[in-house]
Amino acid sequence: MTIFKSLEELHHMLVNKEISCVELTRSYLDYIDSADSQVKAFLTVTADSALMKAAKVDKKIAGGESLGPLEGLPMAMKDNMCTEGIPTTCGSRILKNFNPPYDATVTERLKAAGAVLLGKLNMDEFAMGSSTENSGFHPTANPWDLERVPGGSSGGSAACVAAREVPFALGSDTGGSIRQPAAFCGVVGLKPTYGAVSRYGLVAFASSLDQIGPLTTNVRDNALVLNAIAGHDPKDSTSVPFVKPDYTQFLENNVKGLKIGIPDEYFASGLNPDVAEVIQKAIRTFESLGAEIERCSLPHTEFAMPAYYIIAPAECSSNLARYDGVRYGYRAEADDMIEMFKKTREKGFGQEVKRRIMLGTYALSSGYYDAYYLKAQKVRTLIKQDFDRAFEKYDVLLSPTAPTTAYKIGEKSDPLAMYMGDVYTIPVNLAGLPAISAPAGFVGGMPVGMQLISKHFEEGTLYKAAYAFEQNTEYHLQMPALLKEVR
Amino acid sequence: MSFTDKYEMVCGVETHVEMATKTKIFCGCSTEFGGEQNTHVCPVCLGLPGVLPVLNKEVVNLAIKAGLALNCEIAEFSKFDRKNYFYPDLTKNYQTSQYDLPICKNGWLDVTVNRANKRIGITRAHMEEDAGKLVHSGETIMTSSSSGVDYNRTGVPLLEIVSEPDMRSIDEVLAYLEQLVQIMDYAGISDCKLEQGSVRFDINVSLRLKGTEQFGIRTETKNLNSFSSVRRCLEYETERQAEALDDGGEIIQETRTWDEGRGMTLSLRSKEEAHDYRYFPEPDLMPLVIDRDWVERIRASLPELPAAKKARLQSHGLSEYDAGVITAARAMAAFFDQALARIDDAKLLANWVMGDLSGLLKTNGRSFEDSPVSPEQLAGMLTLIKKGDISGKIGKNVLEEIYNTGKDPETIIKEKGLVQISDESELGIIVDGILTANEKSVADYQAGKESALGFLVGQVMKATKGQANPGLVNKLLKEKLAQ
Ligand SMILES: [Zn+2]
Repeated sequence: MTIFKSLEELHHMLVNKEISCVELTRSYLDYIDSADSQVKAFLTVTADSALMKAAKVDKKIAGGESLGPLEGLPMAMKDNMCTEGIPTTCGSRILKNFNPPYDATVTERLKAAGAVLLGKLNMDEFAMGSSTENSGFHPTANPWDLERVPGGSSGGSAACVAAREVPFALGSDTGGSIRQPAAFCGVVGLKPTYGAVSRYGLVAFASSLDQIGPLTTNVRDNALVLNAIAGHDPKDSTSVPFVKPDYTQFLENNVKGLKIGIPDEYFASGLNPDVAEVIQKAIRTFESLGAEIERCSLPHTEFAMPAYYIIAPAECSSNLARYDGVRYGYRAEADDMIEMFKKTREKGFGQEVKRRIMLGTYALSSGYYDAYYLKAQKVRTLIKQDFDRAFEKYDVLLSPTAPTTAYKIGEKSDPLAMYMGDVYTIPVNLAGLPAISAPAGFVGGMPVGMQLISKHFEEGTLYKAAYAFEQNTEYHLQMPALLKEVR
Repeated sequence: MSFTDKYEMVCGVETHVEMATKTKIFCGCSTEFGGEQNTHVCPVCLGLPGVLPVLNKEVVNLAIKAGLALNCEIAEFSKFDRKNYFYPDLTKNYQTSQYDLPICKNGWLDVTVNRANKRIGITRAHMEEDAGKLVHSGETIMTSSSSGVDYNRTGVPLLEIVSEPDMRSIDEVLAYLEQLVQIMDYAGISDCKLEQGSVRFDINVSLRLKGTEQFGIRTETKNLNSFSSVRRCLEYETERQAEALDDGGEIIQETRTWDEGRGMTLSLRSKEEAHDYRYFPEPDLMPLVIDRDWVERIRASLPELPAAKKARLQSHGLSEYDAGVITAARAMAAFFDQALARIDDAKLLANWVMGDLSGLLKTNGRSFEDSPVSPEQLAGMLTLIKKGDISGKIGKNVLEEIYNTGKDPETIIKEKGLVQISDESELGIIVDGILTANEKSVADYQAGKESALGFLVGQVMKATKGQANPGLVNKLLKEKLAQ
């Protein structure tokens, strides 16, 4: 079956004419047809435009032209990245029927790379949530256990890659939204350095934290996708003009002498002991491969969560102010204008979104700004300094991605309990660092992810470490049982 | 007037100036005025989901230039903030503006009112984006069945210049505003087309008993766009406040609006409903670091500003009034300066520029910017007058000819034969003829009737179609009559 192949293998199949791009696309679409009725990762499937694009690629192949590494290969995108003429709902009823008149920069770049978009993926509404249960449409299931959550907010992206519905997908990560679902679904998810991938066209949740990144089944594929989407974008003022390396050059299966710090604070109470054991085993694997392991401290870690839950809602309260039912998206019926604004927002937004808008509005309002927002920004600086100090000694920091494995759908009804699931990922966003989650083992049949963190723009180091681990373990090769059934 | 006897006004002004860039502050859309509704728009200035702003560097250049012209300190570190509020003509429901770290602060302007000099402080000047324009289907918002928004103006760069509450009379306010607009015009910050709303004023005014120190409670009247509206608004508002105070009432701190038709201010919203703007740093834009070289380069490019130009013109012998009139409009001043480079008589030039040429342009609905008479042509004509080649009176005709034909003054007087007759022998013959033909007048004069001379001069002028040099005619007549 083509659907279990890596990007590199698929590329060779196309080049060697073992399969046409239309055939490849169709087989993925057929598979989505059957598998997604259970996983529910897709919000929109773009079969027609995908087949048209595939036909163009076939023409190119027939004409003897060479193909780029992603050309003709299927993919899907989280539904908060704008796709011209294709619904972009952000998982919210308020943007139902919103067809953007423009492409996000990542969309443009993937189009230019020749990737074939198969559809848009489910997510927690406006990327707020850690389980994809907060989607304005329906929850997505974890392919490893359909009764469990895939994680969030890029749950659709992680689940569809885990279920092999596409070989790669894009997610966005504001406080762990790529890494945590990647861990829950047993796939590789990278949150790049803030400023390494353009945010232009990413429907904003918290602008100073959001970052787009790839989800794939293995590290090499991940590097291939980052190659296509990273790089400076003049349309995004926070995008950094940096020299983009070929990320695949870091995949050398060698971590001898790599200095890995293990932050004590990430192994404190709240971490499931079985998950802890999996991560300890991963650490020993690195040790056996010649990496230098040392315990270290990031003393302000405990303040990251409260700071995040001030800064992110503050920015979201502002970013989401534009959804009033006037110019696009959903509009509620009402007798007058103000009533219409109110009803549109009341009915269009879900509970979690409203909660965060309220939080943010409060935190920014006069009289509270200094006590909350300003203080949170100071904490953010302290957290950055923690990391700066750690990276004076270490190349990489290693931790669990999440304190538990995927939980049951509906199990966590207390939002605060849900927020705790991002406790290891949030500090990375506050500091703008790159981090990757890679499969590290299983607990009770559910995947466990390990998180590797490195310095700004050192994605290569993350790939190097994760690749070496992957080459010496087999976790990434395991697949959900569901696949065999659907097949 | 109750107010002037008893109270003193305290006034400060916030001036919004649309900056003269070709493109908007955060996207590449045109800033051109007018245009079919919603044609100068893109996803960015429409604030569609996912878009991001990119700062137009020219806006920063102009803001620095304006700050220097207003004697401000230019911040080395500045940033943008979001000002969050709910308003129908702003797509994002927040305005990207500057809050605690504006690009310019602590400046001043000197104005002269009733021969007294007064320095008016400028608290700050900051950059922000303009909002769109509501278009109602009916006459007013209340009588309309629907309203649309034209977003062409959304994202046009604004400079908001906030004065200190230093003004104590309506004349001071107007002197400040007129000079401020002049400077914006001279420095090329804005086209300053008030009638197109490119400069708008928010007026803060309060009254206090004369001799007291503490400020009274103020009102803010928003969005005035002409000097005359400002004057009328201040007259109305100070009178209204004085009456309220005289009646023992209290002024409510509130935002008011000026109703031009009814000539009165109306309450818009009170302080109780005032917005909590929930400012915070704009996360989509990087902080602005302005190195000193950048500032110095702009300082070097500043043109001569009105105050300096006025002083220079006075040093050329112009009265304060004339120098003021000429510097008031940048185009007229530029014209004057170009002409002055060619004729060393500022007073004569000023008379012609302010008088005949201004009149001619005004009658034809034109301005000094597109004057058909060039500064060189005017200077050339005035030189001919000074040399005595033509009289001032003929000069008026020549100017009109230049205006209509574009020909040079020398060509015109040659073609039309307008050269003044200053040849004594040639003129002597004509004078002799007139004396012979008017014996009675000659007799009258010699009998002591002075007015007869005037008649004879007139006859000579008539005979020469006005081309005779009047001084010479006088001289010759007197000589010959004395014989
Ligand atoms: Zn635009």
